[in-house]
This record gives sequence, structure tokens and C-alpha cells, in this order.
Amino acid sequence: MLSPLILMVLTVHSVAAAEVAPQVLKAQSARIATVAQAMPAVVAIFDNEGKGGGSGVLIQRDGLTVTNFHVVEGMGPFMKCGLSDGKLYDAVVIGIDPTGDVALIQMQGRTDFPVAEIADSDTVQMGDWCFAMGNPFLLATDYQPTVTYGVVAGTHRYQYPAGTFLEYTDCLQVDASINPGNSGGPLFNNQGQLIGINGRISVEKRGRVNIGAGYAISINQVMHFKDHLLSGRIVDHATLGATVTTDAEGRVVIAQILEQSEAFRRGLRSGDELVEFAGRPIRSVNQFKNVLGIYPAGWKLPLTYKHEGEQKSIVVRLRTLHRRAELVGEDEEAPPEHPRPKLQLPELPFEIPGLNKKPPHAHLFEGKAGYGNFYFNKLATDRAIESMLPWGQFAAATGTWSLNLKGPRNVPMQIKLTDTTVAARIDETAYIQNLSEPYLDKPPGSGGLLIAMDHLRRMLIAPHKQFSEFYYAGSEPLDGSGPRVDVYVALHSTAISRWYFQREPIALVGWDTAIEEDTDECEIRFTELADFGGRKLPKKLTVRRAESLLGEFEIESATMSGEQP
Amino acid sequence: MRRTTVLNRQSRRFLPWVMWAWVFGVGLWGGNHPLSAADRSPVEAEVQSKVVKLYGAGGLAGLQGYGTGFIVSPDGHIATIWSHLLDADAVAVVLSNGRRLMGRVVAAEPKLDLALLKIDATGLEHFDLTRSAAGGPGTRVFAFSNMFKVAAGDEPVSMQHGIISARTKLAARRGRFASNYSGPVYVVDAITNNPGAAGGILTDRRGQLLGMLGRELRDAQSQVWVNYVVPAGEITPTLQAMMRGEYTREKVVDPLANAREIPPRTFGLILVPDIVYRTPAYIDEIVPGSVAATAKLQPDDLIVFLNGKVVGSVRTLQAELNLLQPGEDAEFVIRRGSELITVQFPVPLSLDEKQ
Repeated sequence: MLSPLILMVLTVHSVAAAEVAPQVLKAQSARIATVAQAMPAVVAIFDNEGKGGGSGVLIQRDGLTVTNFHVVEGMGPFMKCGLSDGKLYDAVVIGIDPTGDVALIQMQGRTDFPVAEIADSDTVQMGDWCFAMGNPFLLATDYQPTVTYGVVAGTHRYQYPAGTFLEYTDCLQVDASINPGNSGGPLFNNQGQLIGINGRISVEKRGRVNIGAGYAISINQVMHFKDHLLSGRIVDHATLGATVTTDAEGRVVIAQILEQSEAFRRGLRSGDELVEFAGRPIRSVNQFKNVLGIYPAGWKLPLTYKHEGEQKSIVVRLRTLHRRAELVGEDEEAPPEHPRPKLQLPELPFEIPGLNKKPPHAHLFEGKAGYGNFYFNKLATDRAIESMLPWGQFAAATGTWSLNLKGPRNVPMQIKLTDTTVAARIDETAYIQNLSEPYLDKPPGSGGLLIAMDHLRRMLIAPHKQFSEFYYAGSEPLDGSGPRVDVYVALHSTAISRWYFQREPIALVGWDTAIEEDTDECEIRFTELADFGGRKLPKKLTVRRAESLLGEFEIESATMSGEQP
Repeated sequence: MRRTTVLNRQSRRFLPWVMWAWVFGVGLWGGNHPLSAADRSPVEAEVQSKVVKLYGAGGLAGLQGYGTGFIVSPDGHIATIWSHLLDADAVAVVLSNGRRLMGRVVAAEPKLDLALLKIDATGLEHFDLTRSAAGGPGTRVFAFSNMFKVAAGDEPVSMQHGIISARTKLAARRGRFASNYSGPVYVVDAITNNPGAAGGILTDRRGQLLGMLGRELRDAQSQVWVNYVVPAGEITPTLQAMMRGEYTREKVVDPLANAREIPPRTFGLILVPDIVYRTPAYIDEIVPGSVAATAKLQPDDLIVFLNGKVVGSVRTLQAELNLLQPGEDAEFVIRRGSELITVQFPVPLSLDEKQ
């Protein structure tokens, strides 16, 4: 009975196929191939109790997976991840970025995970074809992702945050169907390259489902923050320390500026017109916010402005947007006026095997205030300390350090460092900093060279013991435009140091020390080490402050005793 | 302006590729070709400079204070949907390059849901109405609008893709989402029915104008939102007449003011005086011999529903009464004490005779 029907269907089908232009069939098979190529890196994420989930995308063979913060929020440190091969893997949270709505997790069990090829999302243009993959409505019982396609409906979009969290800056807007469960999943260009992380939709009268306006965090933003997330911290976003507004002539001007901010110290004032920020022309407040939102706090960005008609260019380090307590959630503030405009996660409609069991990777998680997973920060600080082993054994050198240096114009300089005091003599002038007294800018104008040297001593002896806090912060371009370096932060008393390690091979190349928050740092860079009695120190220190060179100081001799005098 | 020019130059470079792709039907989705210019739509750049963002009255009670329009002459004529947005004395018009100008309503045609604005500008890129295209089921289309006010200043408005699902006649003339327009429409599969999208445009994949995005419209029974587009051909003659100055501001009329008023007396109902903003719709008197008297309605009965719509006050009752069509039935639900009573009357064919 059925066979004539089937035959008829087949006939109709083949007739239809014969009428399709070969170019169309070719385009279709190319499309199918692209989707197939992109699919293995798409992750279906489920919480460990089977209550809900979302999507993610693998970006590194060791299992690094990007998703949305709002997907892992409330899941606890462990989750389950399904791939299109039908297998379920354990995963652990690494770092979270509540402001940018990004989280990094690591899938366990393989070192050869399939990964997505990462594109430059700044090259994406409106009208580009794109496709989203993920697990909308958590339909994928076999972890096979759903694909939806569309056009890029807008680029460099700004979507307001709820309070100061979940702000989508410089994001991609798509008309591909994005629904609850797609959150955290990849947006691909038509080459199957990763251009964004789907995470948000406009909603209005139809409830929380796709209505033709979905938003993806640009993958460039994610990559700016990747190392910060790898630090295992709760990562913060940045502020310039100034608010901007559009004036009657449509210019973007500084409305208010914090006097403590670096931008203020570099000369930016209320009423000045913003011209360019991070290399982008600024013609609207949204464009300014778009730039701010894609860079982590601590990065240095070039800024061009007009002050009383005169155009000036400066480089400013971005300040943190939140106080630590706000990020960790210790602040008892009123909830945001509007409910968070994120996608709500759907309930899990089926059983996931192996849920509610004790996580098999419990050793990969360590909780600590301010961190998503402190374990990963320890891995990073261990790496930095290990990279300094070739400098020699400093652990016992806890006594007086005496350094003889040759400064600019061959001026001799001696520095003595102990646990309690730092002293320097330049020519005939002596400078003394008692470490139990407030830190001062000594020698004046250096930004606190004495404290910077005290921090070098602490760093070499034992950073974890000598500093009140020593942690990996992430990465940034050295001095704003140099190669990407890993940044470690060390605190002692009121002083803060940022230590810059080049990659491959890992090596310390410099540090900035501020005697207290919101002051210009003493910036020290070096390229070579010299041997002083079996221990190494930088051969020549290049010292800068506030974008001006103070001079080069060559260490001619050094003794590092093991005992206090 | 500089940016627009660059984009246009780029699109001109892409255009031959796209034409080729169009002819051979590859335009749908280029797949994995290297150098496939057809993958990117050059249409976007062509169209963006002809679409404007509008800001006017609204911003209250679910009425958006923003919308979309499109330029139809080099001298600053802008077509858009006729809506509450235009109730302001002047409407702010933001061009694709971020220029902000004040526009005034030149003319409006409520039956077409159409309004024409004018800004003081010359040499604008615009849609040539004599060269608009037509489509049918299956035609691949792009929609452009500032839905959800996503774009601001010189940011380009949102773009969507889809196909025309049907060319049909709109028959949606009642309820909160009433449409004044009842002519032919394209129904599209893209979700164009969003806040601020009305007055935007639908183009074919070569960027030629197909029509104007319609207002937010929902079927009261199925709760389905309709994504409809008024074909360019339906509004072109009127727009051209408006541009020639044959329509004037004086012709702008409120559709409700223009519509027949159906007083409660039509059914023999005399309500309590409407003195406060929300005077409950209590019956004060019944006209002897009227349909209400026949149905044994009484003074002090409270009208709570009309045709399934909640009647919150004398004013909402009047608004609902005005939507009634001659010949159809009006179903009233009355509260008397704790009792709910349903009565039904036909709406008289001629409404004038009872007044």
C-alpha cells in the first residue's frame, strides 16, 4: 500500500531537484559542510542538578569553553557538558565576568577537544550571513546542537545593562533565531568561524522568545578578557572615571570627571570634546560606551580630545568599574529597577546521566572571595614564580640589600633595602622611606622609586609571603601598545605593584609601583639580567613616570645578605 | 556622510557579483566560497542612507516615542506610518549620518495609515517611488527599521531577512490593534512587527523598495501577531499627490473623531453622568420601548463587558461602542447585585435614525 506513495514522493522530489540550479545545490552543500565543520565545538551545558542549562563553545583543545555568565550563575563550580559526538563531559568553572556576561569553564577528560576557529569580529558587517548554534529550549537530548541562520542585523550595538551588570557593549545584532538555551552558544560567520557569543534578545509583548532581534557578545571582547577570566577571578570592567554626554551641537563631551582618575591627571577636563578613543572616532555616547565595555580594567588606551580648541592625545589606564564588594555580591544594595534583560534558562526536559554525584574533579576547584575559582589563579602564580627560578635563590636573602647604580649623566646612586627601611643616596642627597610610615614619592617625581625597589626585593624573596596579596590579573598589551604580557598584582601596605611577564619564554620584563591608589606609578622596564654573586638582578632599569622618561639606572654592584644587620 | 560614501563605493564594487549571484540563484547563502562577495549584502549600504529614525510623541503607556521613516524625495520628503508619534508639533528626524532635523507633517491619509513629513534638506539619497518593485509569495526580502530603538545617531538601523509568505488583503479593523488600512498587503516571515518598526521598509534583495512596514497588529482571537507590509504601489500615488501639495495638514483627522459615534441611547441606555475620569458604567435610565427595555435591563445595572472587552468606565464603554459595525451583534454583560446577566442586541444598520 505504501510503496506507490513513496514512489510518488520520490518522483516528485527528484523532479524538483532536477529543476534546481546547480549553483544553488552547490551553495547548499557548502552550507551543510560549513555547519558540519562548526558543530563539533558547540557545547550543551547542563547544571549539575539537572535543573537547567545553556550553550557554550570550545576555544582551546584543553577544554576551555566560553559561555555566558548568566548560564553558569547559580550552577555551582561544576557542570556537565555535552558535545555533538553524543558524549557528556564534566566541566569546572574558571572565571566569570558578570558585567560583560561572559564565563570561562574548562571541560575535562581530553586534551584534543575540537575547537572553533576564531575570527576578528570587527570585520563583521551588517548584512553578513551568519548562523547561531546551541541548545535552544534544551531540546538536544543527544547534545546535537540546533542551527538557526540569519543576517547580521547590526554591528557595534550598545544594549543597556541591568544596574551596572550584564551590559552588552559593541555587540552584534542578528535576526537569526536566538532563544532561551542559546545563551552562551556560538555565533558563526558564513565560513564557520566564531564571531560572537549569543546571550540576549529584545523582548516585549510576546514573552521571552525570539522576535527577530538577538544580540551576541563580540568574540573580540571575549578574547580581550580571556586571560582575565583564566585568572579564576570575578573579572571587572572599566571606567574612564568620567561621564560623557552629547552637547547641543552633537559633540561628545566630558560631563563630569573624577579628580582622582588618571585621565584627569593627564589633563582631561569637564567640557572637553572626545575625538577618538582606542583608535575609534567617537561620535555618540554609545560609541564611547562600546569602547569602554570591551576592554578590561587596567588596560591602557589612547584617547584624543579637544581642550579649548586644542587637540591633545594621551594614554590612560582604565579604572575598575565596581568596588570589590559589589562584584562579590557583599553589597546589600537595592535590586535593579528592571529585571535583568537576559535570556532566562529553560528547565531541563530530560534526564542527564551521572547528575547529583560527587564531582570527580573536586580538586580543580578552590573557593575564595573575589574568585570564580581560586585554583586557576594559583596555577598562574606558580608559573610566574617558577619562571623566576633562574634568577637564583633569594628566599634566604632576607637581610640588607645594597645596590650601587649609575644614573643618568653618570650620577652615582646607592640604594639600601631592609625589611623596615628603604634608603637611597643620589650624589650627595639622601632619601629615606621608613616602611611603617606613610609612603611618599621618593625621590620626588619618581612616583616612589624607593617603594618600587622594596617591592622588587619582596617579589624575589617570596611574593606570597612578602605581599599581603599576590595574584594573577590577566593580560594586557605592555604599555598600551606593546606585546601582550601577563599581569600579576602585588599589594603591600598602601602600595600596589603590577608585574609584567612576557610570554614564551615566560620572563619578567618590568613592573609599575604606585605608592597608593590613584597616583602616577613609578614604571620600571628592563631587558637584561646581570649576575651579582650567584643571584641575578636587572642590569639596567629604565624608569618612567606619567609618560615621561626619568632615566636609566644601571646596577653596577649588589650584595644581598641573608641576615638583618 | 563620508562613511556612507565609502560604503556605497564598496557596494558598487560588490554589485556585479551580486547580480551574477542573483541571476544564478546563489544569493540565498553563499556557503563556504572564498571571495564570495555574494555572501554579504550590499543592499544594506544602498538602503541605509534612505532610512531615517523618528522621535516624536509617546513614551507612555506602551506607546513608543520612536519610529522609522524613509526618504522619498531629494528635498526632504519622508514617508512613514501615520501614528501617535506624529501628534507632536514637530518630529525629530535623524538621518543615517546622524544629522538631526525637525520634521513637520505635510499631509496624512488615515485610510492608508500614511503620513508625509518634510525636513529642510536638499540633495538627499532617496527612494524613487516611480521605480519601486513588486513581490509575491517566495520573494526574498530584507526589512529595515529602528525596532526597539536599537540604533541611535549615525548608527545604521536594524536589518532582517525573510521571504514574502503571502500577498493578501488585510482585514483587521477592530480592537486595540485596529488597522485603518484594509488594502492589499505582503505578509512576511521576518518578525517585523516590533516597537518602532512601523514606517520602516521592505526591499527586495537588490535594495529596491517593496513597501512600508505596517503597524503592530494582533489577531484578537488567535493572538497571532501579523507581520504585514503595505506594498509601495498602494501608497505611491497618494505620496506623490502629497508631495505635489494636493494634500494639506488640514486633512489630518483623528480616525476616532471621524468615526461614527454610537451613543448608548442607540440601545435605549442612558448612563450616569460621566463626571470623573473613570465613572463606572452604571445605567441611570432605560428608554421605554427600547431594546434595553425589552431585555429588561434596569437602572443601577452595571455594564462590565462589551463584546468580551472589559468596560472599566463610561469612557471605555463609549470607545468600545464606537468600534461596533452596523448589523453585527453587541453582547453586553451586566452586573446586578451579585448576578451577571448577558444580553445581546443587533447594532442598527442605520445609526443616525435613533439620534
